[in-house]
Amino acid sequence: MEAFLHQVFSGLANGCIYGSVALALVMIYKSTHHLNFAQGEMATFSTFVAWAMIQAGWPYWVAFISTVALSFAGGLLIQRLILRPVEKAPVLTNVIVFIGLLLILNSLSGWIFGYTVKSFPSPFTGYSALATHYFSAHDLGSVAVMLCVLGALFSFFRFTSMGLAMRAAAQNPESARLVGIRVSWMLALGWGLAAAIGAVAGMMVAPVVFLDPNMMAGVLLYGFAAALLGGIDNAIGAVIGGFVVGVVENLLGAYVIGTDLKLPLALVLIVAVLTLRPDGLFGSRVVTRV
Amino acid sequence: MKPVDRKWIWLGAIALLLALLVLPFLVKNYRVYQFNMVVIYAVAILGLNILTGFNGQISLGHGAFYACGAYTTAVLMHHYGMRYWATLPVAGVLCFAFGFLVGFPALRLAGHYLALATLALAQAVPPLLKYRMVEGLTGGVQGIVLNKPESPLQMQLFGVPLNTDRWLYFFSLAVATIMFLLAWNLLRGRVGRALVAVRDHPTAATAMGINLPLFKSLTFGVSAACTGVAGALGAITVAYVSPDSFTIQLSILLLVGLVVGGLTSISGAFFGALFLQFVPNIAENISKSAPQAIYGVLLIGLVYLMPTGVMGLLRQLWVRWRHRTEARLSGRP
Repeated sequence: MEAFLHQVFSGLANGCIYGSVALALVMIYKSTHHLNFAQGEMATFSTFVAWAMIQAGWPYWVAFISTVALSFAGGLLIQRLILRPVEKAPVLTNVIVFIGLLLILNSLSGWIFGYTVKSFPSPFTGYSALATHYFSAHDLGSVAVMLCVLGALFSFFRFTSMGLAMRAAAQNPESARLVGIRVSWMLALGWGLAAAIGAVAGMMVAPVVFLDPNMMAGVLLYGFAAALLGGIDNAIGAVIGGFVVGVVENLLGAYVIGTDLKLPLALVLIVAVLTLRPDGLFGSRVVTRV
Repeated sequence: MKPVDRKWIWLGAIALLLALLVLPFLVKNYRVYQFNMVVIYAVAILGLNILTGFNGQISLGHGAFYACGAYTTAVLMHHYGMRYWATLPVAGVLCFAFGFLVGFPALRLAGHYLALATLALAQAVPPLLKYRMVEGLTGGVQGIVLNKPESPLQMQLFGVPLNTDRWLYFFSLAVATIMFLLAWNLLRGRVGRALVAVRDHPTAATAMGINLPLFKSLTFGVSAACTGVAGALGAITVAYVSPDSFTIQLSILLLVGLVVGGLTSISGAFFGALFLQFVPNIAENISKSAPQAIYGVLLIGLVYLMPTGVMGLLRQLWVRWRHRTEARLSGRP
């Protein structure tokens, strides 16, 4: 029982990371209806930037906030410069551009910061009193950070006019344009938010998996699984999906299939959700008129 | 197509064939090996092109089928002592079945979701190959080391003997020729038009009497078989398979080759393959991560500026050149 609970709690901690990556994916899906295959590399690059700042002697939280702000700007820029010309292009074109972006960011991380594995500090080691038998201080801290992010996003979309405009642009671009919303900029804003959330996820996961250019490869896959499970257009669903995937992954890894098969498990999860319940648990059903 | 065109195409094809036949005797062993890999990549890219280019089903996981073919050949040669040439049909059939099975759930997925599912498939391959239960068969992390087959013929050209590498080059070339002829026959007729129709307008295609699910999963199977045969050739040529040579990188590499050569262009696969084999070698002189950066920039740049790839560019140039000569011949300005 003791070991079982341990697995569940460490699953929840992992799930929190998957949930934040899923949240970033949902952000982009909601505003552009694309799956962002470069999300993981974007997060990794942001984390490297934070690492460089911390190495330069900046206090952790200053580096944290600057990184989030820079990532936001970077995401906005990527959308404006690279994605906007192909906004209306076929899916294949978009997927190719995403893969190109993934390769560029991955090689940039390697080029600028090197391929050696680096350790990344956790801001929560100072609060070891908060650590419990099952949860380390970092686990608890990252869950708290993610819930903050979720809360901030929720209030942004629910209570600000900018959030309302973004929702409108995603739901019905034509009508939104008619009432004076700059739809294209709303999409860019979605990208900026996704990049910022990805940066937070990267900085939370880096102390656990250590920092290297391919840090997010597996995490991204689980993030996708989580987002799909929760319903790709539902932010809260993504977080719940993240927790479920994290716990399922940990329990199956510990008791059924062993740790070597964790990546194939992501494949099974993704295919299972997509074929059995394409809208996920909380997603809205999409009906296309032929 | 005009008769003039056809004559030029035949002449060009014969000249190319002669060049390909003489080429290995003019260069060193390592170069022969590299050209062999070009041929193999071309077959693999052809497989991906059938699925993604012609049928519009996006696959980011064709490395999985390549690995399937390579491991089939390696296991058959190593554990069952089969001759290398006899393993190719087995690899093709197995990969066809594998592709068909993957294609089945893929029917319900379109666009991004299929890309995602195949990406997950590609990520799942190395851990599956390393898995304890199949370690006896696949050799686990170590992989399988094979013996390169000896050349059955003793001959010389320009004083250069037909050694193992040169023999394997000719073997791959022969297989590639067969695969390309098969693909060409398949794609230029009824089936090819059906594939393109399914890609461009599935509803209209169904209305025209095309069995959508069957066509889509069969295409997946054929495409996987083609890439699988390339994998089998790759295993014979490299004489070594290991899980870490079939990572997601390989799948992305094939996609890059496809885009560079040109989507929906059969012969474009060769340009893509040449690019994959030779550009990274040059780029690596700059930095370890330069090839990847170049791939990325090229993917995005090509999609913007030259969506039809090298082959599309060549075709455009050819059309322009012909117009100009025709204008000159008929005396018009």
